[in-house]
Amino acid sequence: MNRVGIEPRAVTRWLILGVIGLLMALPIVAMVEFSLRGAPGEYTLDHWTGILDPENERKYRGLFEGVGNSLLLAVVTVLIVNAMLVPTMVLVALRFPKLQRWLEFVCLIPITVPAIVLVVGLAPVYGVVSRIFGSSIWTLAFAYGITVLPYAYRAVRAAMDAVDIVTLSEAARSLGAGWLTVFFRVLVPNIRRGMLAASVIATAVVLGEFTIASLLNRENLQTSVLLISRSDPYVATIFALLALLFAFALLVIIGRVGAVQPRRSSS
Amino acid sequence: MTASTPTGTRVQFRAVTKQYPGHRALDGVDLDIAPGEFVALLGPSGCGKTTALRSLAGLEQITDGEILLDGSDVAATPVNRRDMGMVFQSYSLFPHMTVLENVEFGLRMRKVGAASRRTRAEEALEMVGLGVHGKRFAHQLSGGQQQRVALARALVTRPKVLLLDEPLSALDAKVRVQLRDEIRRIQLELGITTLFVTHDQEEALAVADRVAVMKAGRIEQIGAPEDLYQRPSSAFVADFVGVSNRLPGTVSGGEIDVHGVLLPLLAPARPDGAAVALVRPEDVRFAAAGVAATVLTTSFLGALRRTRVALADGTELAVQHGTEVAPAEGAVVHLAFTGAPVALAD
Repeated sequence: MNRVGIEPRAVTRWLILGVIGLLMALPIVAMVEFSLRGAPGEYTLDHWTGILDPENERKYRGLFEGVGNSLLLAVVTVLIVNAMLVPTMVLVALRFPKLQRWLEFVCLIPITVPAIVLVVGLAPVYGVVSRIFGSSIWTLAFAYGITVLPYAYRAVRAAMDAVDIVTLSEAARSLGAGWLTVFFRVLVPNIRRGMLAASVIATAVVLGEFTIASLLNRENLQTSVLLISRSDPYVATIFALLALLFAFALLVIIGRVGAVQPRRSSS
Repeated sequence: MTASTPTGTRVQFRAVTKQYPGHRALDGVDLDIAPGEFVALLGPSGCGKTTALRSLAGLEQITDGEILLDGSDVAATPVNRRDMGMVFQSYSLFPHMTVLENVEFGLRMRKVGAASRRTRAEEALEMVGLGVHGKRFAHQLSGGQQQRVALARALVTRPKVLLLDEPLSALDAKVRVQLRDEIRRIQLELGITTLFVTHDQEEALAVADRVAVMKAGRIEQIGAPEDLYQRPSSAFVADFVGVSNRLPGTVSGGEIDVHGVLLPLLAPARPDGAAVALVRPEDVRFAAAGVAATVLTTSFLGALRRTRVALADGTELAVQHGTEVAPAEGAVVHLAFTGAPVALAD
């Protein structure tokens, strides 16, 4: 069969990769260049080293708090996704398959609702949330749990579709396994990649979220970066770069964990 | 590997009903399986055979009736406590575990010690001829090998009953026959009560002690393979078990006149009048004189040949005969009947 039309030649592949890579690298390189600017015509590491200078501790405290808050929110959001969405999806797939379409519909709704509209609806809800859980930053994860639903649902669903979870769970049950064993020892290992992908997406969404936090008067990475950018655009750029680097590192690490081959022999 | 219960477990279905919204999958099924017996549930799609097996496994809750294991009602016993070994139609090995870990799974659930677990799993794998494949994963095995591992996994816990839900249907013909024979060998060796669901009549007749033919949620007839084949109690059974020709004729005095030939009826009490006789292809033969027919097609089937012919009135029928005769298409032949009793179509 003619190769033309099936896959591009190696040169074309590298060309496409190069052009896309360049387009993506350009703003990052520009950010790095900007963060290194000193006196006109000179480059310096002062802006980078200044972040950790004890003298600037007060100046950047809010920024570090924002970073910490976003990381905490990412962790709680990932926990919400894995502890609530995954068991719900498994339960629906095994016991209430007719509800699958409804679950999918409900999970995809947030993608059609702009964040600002979501906040309008969430504001009175957070009045109640604050009374029950207090106004601590982590409560924002309830809202983030909703915003990441569409992405997390698709990632987990793709993993579930790749294995016959109904037959696997029936086989495990017939061999004497209880529901918890079925879930943790049979199903979770087989949808692990989907769960990891959902976690990565959730983390990325949380680290990049601005609207909800800003309108609900909470402080996270993005609101802090905006605030500091008014007084110190260099540091704002550095933190934006670090956030990108963190997301990239997370992607690589979790991707590698997900790709680990199953054990070759039993213990 | 030896059976802990060499006499097997008695299984009884008593008026078992399973009602789905708008559909009755089981309609008062009564079935008694003796300890160590191999019973096949045979029937077309949707007849309720899989529902019956799943009800015994505990994967379906029955609406009415009783399912007894050695006289005890298991209705309230959950799947994981019923002590059944099950092999599924689709491949059901846990993909993230090795073959050995898969086989050990049931033992692990029963908290069997590591050393004993390993020994018993290895024995079970030896039994199905896969002793050297313990460290492989499911995706590294063929379909037949995967089903063998599933069989070892189902048997290693020494269950009360072995349930086979069309385990051969995804396999190619040769592997299918091999595994079918192997299942029977192992079943006899262990003396385990076995319920085998299939829609393939040849498979059911080949391995089972008794075959239950199901239709619309009921057992139409249950009996030894020979009984079902030679003395079907209904046209449905005659038609489903084996290939039957449908020949119109006239019933009179316990016999049916088919193209001038009188054939005895399996159920002679039938009132006189027009009817359709179900005649097996092997009960029709070529003869020097008899009913004239024209050869339509002829197929070589290895040990025998099957030829389709058309009678003068257009009725088509199949004739099963030896390979030494190879009639030419379009040739005029004459047919005779062996005189074996025939069933009538409903």
